[in-house]
Formats: sequence, structure tokens, C-alpha cells
Amino acid sequence: MSQTTYHRALEIMSDICIGCSHCMKVCPTEALRVSGGKAKIHVDWCIDCGECYRICPTRAIRVMDDDFKHIFDFKHRVLLVPSVFYAQFDENISKEKIYAIIGELGFTEICAVEQSVDSLLDEENEYLKTAVKPAISSFCPSVIRLIQVRFPSLVDHIMQLLPPIEITAQYYKNKFKREGIPENDLGIFYLTPCIGKIAAIKSPVGGYTSPINGVINMDFFFNKVFLAYKQRIPITQTVKVSREISSKGVLFPTTGGESVHIEGKTLAIDGMANVIDFLEMLENEEIEGMDFLELRACDESCAGGILSHRNRFLMANSMKEYACKMPVTHNLTEDYKKYCSAVIHMEKIEPRSMVKYDRDIEVALKKMEGARELKLLFPGIDCGACGAPSCEALAEDIVKDQADINSCIFLRTLYEKRGEMSLEETIAIMENIWGKDRFIKKK
Amino acid sequence: MHLEYNVEGGDFTRAGYASSQIKKTLKQLNVDATVIKRVVVALYEAEVNIVAHAYRGVIYADINGAGIQLRLADEGPGIADVDMAMKRGFSTASREVREMGFGAGMGLPNISENADNFSIDTIVGKGTTLNIEIKF
Ligand SMILES: Nc1ncnc2c1ncn2[C@@H]1O[C@H](COP(=O)(O)OP(=O)(O)O)[C@@H](O)[C@H]1O
Ligand code: SF4
Ligand code: SF4
Ligand SMILES: [Mg+2]
Repeated sequence: MSQTTYHRALEIMSDICIGCSHCMKVCPTEALRVSGGKAKIHVDWCIDCGECYRICPTRAIRVMDDDFKHIFDFKHRVLLVPSVFYAQFDENISKEKIYAIIGELGFTEICAVEQSVDSLLDEENEYLKTAVKPAISSFCPSVIRLIQVRFPSLVDHIMQLLPPIEITAQYYKNKFKREGIPENDLGIFYLTPCIGKIAAIKSPVGGYTSPINGVINMDFFFNKVFLAYKQRIPITQTVKVSREISSKGVLFPTTGGESVHIEGKTLAIDGMANVIDFLEMLENEEIEGMDFLELRACDESCAGGILSHRNRFLMANSMKEYACKMPVTHNLTEDYKKYCSAVIHMEKIEPRSMVKYDRDIEVALKKMEGARELKLLFPGIDCGACGAPSCEALAEDIVKDQADINSCIFLRTLYEKRGEMSLEETIAIMENIWGKDRFIKKK
Repeated sequence: MHLEYNVEGGDFTRAGYASSQIKKTLKQLNVDATVIKRVVVALYEAEVNIVAHAYRGVIYADINGAGIQLRLADEGPGIADVDMAMKRGFSTASREVREMGFGAGMGLPNISENADNFSIDTIVGKGTTLNIEIKF
């Protein structure tokens, strides 16, 4: 499969993958195939939505997060915590307790990712005055990548403002600088609810370099904190907690939490399939008079992020309850405006359209016609027994010399009946796709 | 490559099917996004016109390396005064059609604006054929 310069947020561990093809069936860009009994990712087509990770029954898909030990490379260790993290816990575990444990695990300072939201929302309303309409929120990295790959004509609609995590990180970098702390002593870490954010931080879009030193997997970290809680580990360290956060900030990562503060006609849409449907309409120019779109890849937005374990509706509800206790704005908002408004803008995001057949249109047309003819030969039931997600995908792979027509189990049976293929050959192909050992019954 | 789609008069809920299928094809061929946009707008308007004003029709699309040729042939009332129909804002659409959000009288002018070549052949009482060419 092809090489890429983009950071890979996911990796399939071949030794654990059982080649069940569940991931292949849920990938919204058809970026997965099974061969040799293992799932393989077409990296250029992957948008880091994590649907494959979510469904994998053997946990064979690894999130490429950073090694936790890496935090101790720094004297000052700041953890930026998204509000969804606290919603992972039962309501009767106090935030103070969670802060103390995070400190005990090694961080010297804790701050809410969404501390920058209040000033960002003002910037967004300002930005919208001159933006291409409808402007699409730049918050969800999977949506940005989806647009780059599948809707390249819409990249101009993506708001050219950084997401809250980057602004809060910039604020911290600047704050430590003002305090005279050497840059090498400061490590900024982000606790992420999704893999899209990992890729976005490691290889950001829009001509930007992130000051974040490492990304920590929320699923992994929740277990670490919860275990410490259950074992009642003694607290010996002190941790500084920056408590400034508003109700707007808490709710920003939930559905509607951003659009509700944007002036004009706005919509909030969550869930990958819903987002794709709407972008199709937008691309067809069927949407009129809309000013702003909050689009989030996950159902219930980040409460449904793939690295959160708790039920997404309960989480969204916890966040609402938490927000009710918080003020409408907080004391650092002016500071954020002062120190961050210069760095909040990013450059235009470039399309990354997936080359389906070929860059040359004449070649592409020939291949496409070939694929259409092939498709007519297949039964059209998208069984996946060929190792491709659909009959159409198999036809495309064949014209690109990445698969063989004999991969189709129905055609193989016909060929066998006609005496054009031996049973041994048929089985050899099956083993090629699904692996040799697969048919040896295990106890 | 040759593609064909049937269109039924009065079936507004399915209007736009052919244009979205052709859009998908052009995207897969990596045709420039602004060109795709022009094709989609022109084709969508022409498709809706069959739905709104004619009884039934067929859309024929031919794609080659240089561009796309679209022919939309319908059985319908035909257009009595083509020059008039081409004017911005002119429409004979019924109130019901307008209430569905169609019939602003901008369809034919929009097609003309987005096409590199555009012609209308029409026989009153028989039907209308549109030829639209857009170059890549
Ligand atoms: N395929 C067609 N068959 C019959 N009449 C048509 C057809 N297409 C357009 N017309 C006529 O031309 C007029 C203008 O078309 P158009 O500019 O698309 O505006 P609209 O569809 O909004 O009325 C229509 O109101 C109708 O009278
Ligand atoms: S992360 Fe999403 S796009 Fe990438 S391979 Fe998995 S399902 Fe497909
Ligand atoms: S909705 Fe939130 S958790 Fe899901 S991909 Fe987007 S940013 Fe990540
Ligand atoms: Mg019309």
C-alpha cells in the first residue's frame, strides 16, 4: 500500500488481527482491505475517524499515542484535560480527587482544554463577518480530513481559526515564557478523546506547528486514574490546577455547544453518516442561507469519541450538569484575547483528494469503464468474501492491478463448475485472502 | 464513457439523482472541483425542469478526456417561446411547484451561464431536448 507523509494515528497489529473484516465494512472511505488473513489500511484514504478501532473485536488496532514515560523528560508537566474526561467518571467521584490523582501520576499542572473557548467564540463571530458561507467549524479533525479527502471543493468553507486545544497550548507556552521558564523545561500534554486529534497535532493542517509535546490516550489514562482511585494510592505530590472555565467551555465539545453561540443561521450535525449526507447537499449547492455549520464526526460529538468508554448520552448529560454549576464566562478571557489573538489564525487548508483511478483523466476513464464492466459480472451483494468492502471496490482494485477477478467467491464457483479452475486453486485463493491457518479448527 | 438516467415528471423527491451520480463519477476522475460545480448546477436545473415541466425524460451523458456532453430529451409540452423562457425570472411554474421551492425562473439562464455550449430543440406538444457541453 502506498506511502504517505501524513502521521498515522492508527496501526493494525498483524499478530493480533484475526482478519474478521468488521473494520473493512465500517470504514467511510473504503480504506481497508483484507489479504493474507490480515486487515490492511490504505493510508492516504484514511481520515482517522476511528470507526475501525471502535468495532475491532480483538483490539488489534493500536492508537499511536505517545509513551507516558515521556512526560518525565520535562521539569514542568502540564496536562490539558478536555471536559469529556471528567464525564467518564461516576458523579460521586469528586473532581478534586481526580486532580490529586493526576498530580500523583506525574503532572505538575492541570488546565481545561476549553479554557480558550470564550475568546475563541468571539473570534469566530468576528471571522464570520467576512468568511465564505456557510463556514464550517474547524474543531473536529476527522471532519476536516473528510472534507480534504472526499469534498475537496468545500475546503474554502473550513474556518481558518485554530481549535481550542491549540489556543490553550499556545497560551501556556506564552505564559511560561512570561514567567521566565526555559522552553525546554515545559512539556505540554494533551489528553485526547479521539485519534483524529492525534493526527491533527502530529501533522497539523493550515501551515501550523503545534506546541504540544505529547498526546495521551484518554482510554489508557482513565484506566490509570481509576485504578489509582480504587487502590486509594496515597497522595504525596501537589498539583497546580487552573480552574478557570465557563459553562460555554464545558459544553463546547458536545453537540450544539459551539453553534449555539454563533450569530446567524447555524446548524449542528453529529455522526459521520449525517455529516457526509449534509456535505453532499452542500456540494450540490442545495443549501441556502446558512451561516455556520458545526460538524462533528462522532454521534453526540466528543462524548461519543472513540477513546471514551462511558455511554455517550450519560456523558453528554454529565457535561450539562457540570456546566450548570459553572459561570457563563471566566477571569482569564481577557488574558487569552491579549496573548492569543495573534496566533489564532491558520492558513487555508489544502485539499487531499483521493486518487481513485489515476491522475491522468484518459487513463482514469479507461480504468473506470473497465471497473464498471467488471462490476456487472459480480453478484452485487457486497459480501466481502473477496477481501474488499463491496463488489464495486473489488472492481476498482482489479483495474488498478491490486486484486484479481478470481477473488470473487461466486465467480470462482462458476469457473470451477465450468472446469476452468480446480478445487485446489479455488482453495488456494481463499487462503491467500483469508489466511492459511484460518480453516484449521482451534479448540 | 456513456451514462444514462431516466427521469419521471412530478417526482420532485428523486430530482437530483442523476446530477449526484454524475458528480460522484467526475470526482472519481479527479476533474477540477470548479468544473464539477458547473456541471452539477447546469445538470440539476435541467433535471428539475423535466420533473417540473415535462412528463418524462432521459439524461444521456458522455464523458471523455476533454469534457462532458449532456443531452436531456423529454416528452412534454415543449417550450412555445424559447427567448422568453431564457429570461431571468420568467416561469410558468404553478403555485404548488413554487411552494416546493422550485420555479424561480433562474434554471435556463443558470444552465446557459455554466455551459460552454448550450442549445434547446423543442417542439410544442411533443417535447424538449437540451444539449449542454462543459469542457474540462
Ligand atoms: N423541459 C421543459 N419542458 C417544458 N417547458 C420547460 C422546460 N424547461 C423549461 N421550461 C419552460 O421554461 C420556463 C423557464 O424555465 P426555468 O428558467 O428553468 O425556470 P423555472 O423552472 O423556475 O420556471 C419554465 O417556467 C417553463 O415554462
Ligand atoms: S480510521 Fe476511519 S477512515 Fe481510517 S481506516 Fe479506520 S475506519 Fe477507515
Ligand atoms: S467529534 Fe470530537 S471525539 Fe469525535 S472525531 Fe470529532 S473531535 Fe474527535
Ligand atoms: Mg427550472
